[in-house]
Amino acid sequence: MSTFLGMPSLPVFGTGNLHASESFPKAAHRELGNAQLRANLGHATHTIRDKRLKVVAELPDWEQLRDAGSAIKESVMARLPELLEQFEENFTARGGVIHWARDAEEANGIVAGLIRDTGETEVVKVKSMATQEIGLNEYLEEQGIAAFETDLAELIVQLDHDKPSHILVPAIHKNRTEIRDIFLREMPGADPHLTDDPAVLAMAARAHLRRKFLTAKVAVSGANFALADSGTLAVVESEGNGRMCLTLPETLITVMGVEKLLPGWQDLEVFMQLLPRSSTGERMNPYTSLWTGVTKGDGPQDMHLVLLDNGRSAALADEMGRSALHCIRCSACMNVCPVYERTGGHAYGSTYPGPIGAILSPLMTGIEAEENNSLPYASSLCGACYDACPVKINIPDILVHLRSVDVDSKRGKKKIPTQMDVGMKAASWALSSGKRLGLVEKGLPIGRLAAGRDRKITKLPGIAGGWTQSRDIPAPPAESFRTWWAKEHQRPEIEGARKPPQDKGDQA
Amino acid sequence: MSARDDILGRIRSALRDGPEAPQIPRKYRATSGLDQAALIELLVDRLIDYKAHVSVVDAVEVPTRIAELLADAKCYVVPTGLDAGWLAGLDHETGDRRRRLDSPAAPLPVAELDGIDAVVTGSAVAVAETGTIILDGSPNQGRRAISLVPDHHICVVKAADIAGILPDALRRINGTRPLTMISGPSATSDIELERVEGVHGPRKLDVIIAR
Amino acid sequence: MRIALFATCIVDAMYPNVARATVNILERLGHEVVFPSGQACCGQMHVNSGYLKEAVPVVANHVAAFDNGDYDVAVAPSGSCVASVQHQHPMVARSCGDTALEARATAVGAKTYELSELLIDVLGVTDAGAQLGSYFPHRVTYHPSCHGMRLLRLGDRQARLLRSVQGIDLAELPEADQCCGFGGTFSMKNADVSSAMLADKTANIAATGAELCAGGDASCLMHIGGGLSRQGSAVTTLHLAEILASTEEAPVSVTGEVRVSTGKAAR
Repeated sequence: MSTFLGMPSLPVFGTGNLHASESFPKAAHRELGNAQLRANLGHATHTIRDKRLKVVAELPDWEQLRDAGSAIKESVMARLPELLEQFEENFTARGGVIHWARDAEEANGIVAGLIRDTGETEVVKVKSMATQEIGLNEYLEEQGIAAFETDLAELIVQLDHDKPSHILVPAIHKNRTEIRDIFLREMPGADPHLTDDPAVLAMAARAHLRRKFLTAKVAVSGANFALADSGTLAVVESEGNGRMCLTLPETLITVMGVEKLLPGWQDLEVFMQLLPRSSTGERMNPYTSLWTGVTKGDGPQDMHLVLLDNGRSAALADEMGRSALHCIRCSACMNVCPVYERTGGHAYGSTYPGPIGAILSPLMTGIEAEENNSLPYASSLCGACYDACPVKINIPDILVHLRSVDVDSKRGKKKIPTQMDVGMKAASWALSSGKRLGLVEKGLPIGRLAAGRDRKITKLPGIAGGWTQSRDIPAPPAESFRTWWAKEHQRPEIEGARKPPQDKGDQA
Repeated sequence: MSARDDILGRIRSALRDGPEAPQIPRKYRATSGLDQAALIELLVDRLIDYKAHVSVVDAVEVPTRIAELLADAKCYVVPTGLDAGWLAGLDHETGDRRRRLDSPAAPLPVAELDGIDAVVTGSAVAVAETGTIILDGSPNQGRRAISLVPDHHICVVKAADIAGILPDALRRINGTRPLTMISGPSATSDIELERVEGVHGPRKLDVIIAR
Repeated sequence: MRIALFATCIVDAMYPNVARATVNILERLGHEVVFPSGQACCGQMHVNSGYLKEAVPVVANHVAAFDNGDYDVAVAPSGSCVASVQHQHPMVARSCGDTALEARATAVGAKTYELSELLIDVLGVTDAGAQLGSYFPHRVTYHPSCHGMRLLRLGDRQARLLRSVQGIDLAELPEADQCCGFGGTFSMKNADVSSAMLADKTANIAATGAELCAGGDASCLMHIGGGLSRQGSAVTTLHLAEILASTEEAPVSVTGEVRVSTGKAAR
């Protein structure tokens, strides 16, 4: 039985593919240099943005659905222990077996063990973020088990020995011609006359995977939703590879984060309206499969579910950040993000890229893990992600919160403060008093002098050099507004009504 | 400590600030308010948008329409519970030799299903607004594999089973049955986010709406 | 009405003409403008950069400067600074456990308006040409800054005011809702990405054939204008307030070496 021991424990962070191994600005610099990548991403993100806006505008109650979705997820987080226990009871009663995994290693071990028990050395896989996060394919390979990705984009990435760069369309960074070339190079028996028509490429994938689907004995999947009051699981997909994996094999192993729960059936009507329109920009995705444990004579008779923590409980422990766990992995935030659009997903290092990844990854690993403290800064805080999020995760606010967690984590630890630390301290002093700011502004003429005849500053030292790498700074004015106002009103530093204006028309 | 107790303990500890579960505001639409003619029109529009083929016929015409759609099939499969009248247009004296029956007692092997051109099923409920048909594994729809492996799915939707919007539809079915929600033929947007129809699931979807 | 001007630090120090234009517009409408002299900055640079502790005195200063009954409403010619006053100040106060400051900050926030919001919602300006005498015979495009658009939900208020200026030729900016890439310290910490965003913004501006790009936030305009200047573009930037303040008798000049309101140079 689960009993709360009363001792508040420290958060236990996640492991696996959740880390940026180089800082975001550095990785972004490299990715920005890839013109083909930028063209591909620009094209794809603009296509999906337009589609999403069109289908979202069709629903008169979109905002009411978002409100419901947000509240349902908030409720799930508040009630998570009881809902997990309820789900476990129902799933088990319907013939399924539940396994709990604290972290990536434990989850991988469980899945490999279950596959070994079947005697099989090959499995088919439905696209799943959870298994990507724990690095399941690589682990299985080490164990002598071949895992075949069956989602078209995952297949492209796997054939190319590449990494996914988007949670919905992992090969978004590749264009059709590059994909054709990958198929020709890596797909056994590919037609040498293969064209780059997406329909033709989809047919090549169908032919390539057909035999695998029909003969596979074991499938591994993720899950989009799990209903606590019935033990039901749901997979949302497009191609039918999900249906193949969920229906034809004898054994089905599903790996799912603990936060994916919904209280019950009625909640599905909210999320199945929010998810497809937010992700692929369709009114509904082609296929959704729902199963409740084992159904005699229909589908896998050996059913397992691995419930994964891997840092989710740590994210939950952050009161400001916990709503990041509301994420339903639709990818709308990355599709509208101006930063993601230009850098692509690889720059974020983690399985979870884009705005949601920039908060979720450090929340799950802790801010001090590898280079994850650079992720919350990978945003101009433009707010497009918050507007697009179907469950209203306030990503900009959480980004700002995590920046303060980062700054605070370093306080007192560094011997020498950074330029940013010094600048912020000085600015805090100057900007927390009108008098002091006025004093600083007396120096404006010096800046004016520095700007010289062409009235612009083109090179600054230190971190400010980031600014002048592509922008000038105008020459400062001869006097500040404050000085002008004081002169106009003749009683410096004392606020008061403006005298009748003497220089009307002299404005500007 | 077991992983289960460990994880539940971590979660309880994470929630020690005692967040309250909010009331769920369900102010979204529960029904569409459309009449049957409008529902049919909307469903047809949405299905065609997905590149499904749609025919709207009177109930008595269903057998003829099915027969027409199966004209080129070398063989097809039906679940044992399929409305027998629907196949009347195909039964000549001795019945149709192209027909395979899939029953819980004698399910067809997957390899055999793979050689079958088409499948005919009924459906549990449809959603006009999203162009979605939901199969719930009832006897007139059969187990999930038969409507998946054959490349051509002919699906009959009774007009009375068309709901306007998703909440209305989901409230009509039992969520613990093995469910498949189908919105058009299989498709992918994985290449440059452009949708193309026809991948692993049936590449051809024919929907017969029976008035 | 007695209106307290929150000039914002960047306008106060770098673009005084934007504040002067704001005063000019409000006085033209017959209102009295006061300038609480204790004011300095909203502190969003500190908050957005993670320096919450350092933001506290900045926020406390702003609240102290504006927490008085000496005015009816406050106005700032900046969407992001108003968004900070309304959304961030109570949060900063909460983060340091100062509930009294939180309550005062919330009250100040409730009285603070962005310029276009004040002009349209409170002062009833629907036609800048007719009501303010605004006259600006130039081809202009307009960038709606993110915080005004998404945090304050200004909608098309700024554009509506611009459209009603006499003589203006307002050209639609492609991808107008895309961030210019400023983002405060983002422009320095992630300079490469920021520059890439800016390059697309300036290309879109160039595509309109406009002489200048208008906006409601001096910081974004400094960013966009800085990029245009570096690229050697003839296109300049100008704040909404200055366009509204421009009249047939006293037009804002936009010829020659003009950069957004750099003091005397803007004459």
